Amino acid sequence: MRDKLAIGLAAAASALLANNLYQMFMVLPDEALQGAIYRILFFHAPAAMVGMIGYFVALTFSVLYLSSKNFLYDSLAASIVEVSLVFSLVNIVTGSIWARIIWGIWWTWDYRLTSALVCILIFFGYLVMRRAIDEPTQRARLSSALCIFGCVDVVIVWKSIEWFRNQHPGPVLDFRTGGGKMDPAYSHVFWLNFLAILLMGVALVLIRTRQEATAREIDSLRRLAHTAA
Amino acid sequence: MKTVKHALLIARKDLALELRTKESLNAAGAFAIVILLLFSFAFDPDSEMVKEIGGGLLWLVFAFAGALVFNRSFARELPNDCLDTLLASPLSPASLLTGKALANFLMLLAMELISIVIFGIFFNVNWTHRFGELSLVFALGTWGISMLGAVFGALTVNLRLRELMLPIIIYPLLIPLLIAAIELTKLLLSNQAPTPSDFLWAKILVVFDLVFTALAIMLADTILVN
Repeated sequence: MRDKLAIGLAAAASALLANNLYQMFMVLPDEALQGAIYRILFFHAPAAMVGMIGYFVALTFSVLYLSSKNFLYDSLAASIVEVSLVFSLVNIVTGSIWARIIWGIWWTWDYRLTSALVCILIFFGYLVMRRAIDEPTQRARLSSALCIFGCVDVVIVWKSIEWFRNQHPGPVLDFRTGGGKMDPAYSHVFWLNFLAILLMGVALVLIRTRQEATAREIDSLRRLAHTAA
Repeated sequence: MKTVKHALLIARKDLALELRTKESLNAAGAFAIVILLLFSFAFDPDSEMVKEIGGGLLWLVFAFAGALVFNRSFARELPNDCLDTLLASPLSPASLLTGKALANFLMLLAMELISIVIFGIFFNVNWTHRFGELSLVFALGTWGISMLGAVFGALTVNLRLRELMLPIIIYPLLIPLLIAAIELTKLLLSNQAPTPSDFLWAKILVVFDLVFTALAIMLADTILVN
């Protein structure tokens, strides 16, 4: 059932993505100030949003694991962090390409860029720590604690961005500005692409969760065989 | 009240052990001096630039040397199953964690005091004109580092490659605190008047300390009890 859902979601994401690419490259005109490169922002911002949503969903599953000790929640949290990390990397790489064209530099130590990088490093640490622990209960318990600490830290880093002057462009999406900053034609494709990336993320999480559960099962069978021997 | 009493007991035990062996303090102090010496080769140590980058330099020294203290904090309880004994005792995990953080805090403050004296001599910087405010910034920054150090020292104590895992995990988490502490130290070393954004950095320090202390106490059972 879960496999069929993952395939269905992946198919829907692919179809939506194909439509969005057609819209982006064949229908929408170049932006007046940025030219053709603005199209990368249709991937840059949704990837950041899906990644950030993912970290907080992982936080929820980590709390659920700690309260219920159900390994499914741990697998979900680990899978979501992995997939979110990929999207955060997409965000950083696409942002760097855009910055090279518009600002003339690949990177600047602006607070928002720095916090995106900090976020990646925190959750990279989470994945490294998971690999360093063999015992599943200990792994789930400690990585849940780290996920909670990591997400709280991300909020503090994120707030510091809003408090201080930065080089990153200000918000343009309607829900941040109250409307009027983005052309509706662009905004429509933007949200469709957000949906496509979100669906792709959910499909990847479902596949990765199954792999995690299988790996844990194999590991427990290996332990059982080791104990019997 | 009982938790505070137990935490003080743990801190006293750790400090007594440390004063007897001096293993963490000697290592952290020597490490701090070596880093300060190495930094003197990276730029002209007599220039005005020292006041600009002094805050960053000092807090990097504190954070790097701190990792040595945190690694030892729980690892010293591993021989003879001392950690299991402490957990089996009537002490609550929260008091154990807070006590360890308090001991780390005092050890780091001692190391920081030595470091700033040496920094003043090596780099010809007068750090005494706003010593009261500087002490407050050091205390707030060090408490945050110590609390997270105790949490992640406990979290990684039984892991493979413990010494490697701790810095990988702790440094990204410390970034907001380090940025705030660096900005405030820079301001105090250069003896400038504070701007409204400097008060925001001070608020970040306080919020960071409060939030992570509360979180550490809440999750102490999860972190320590298997």
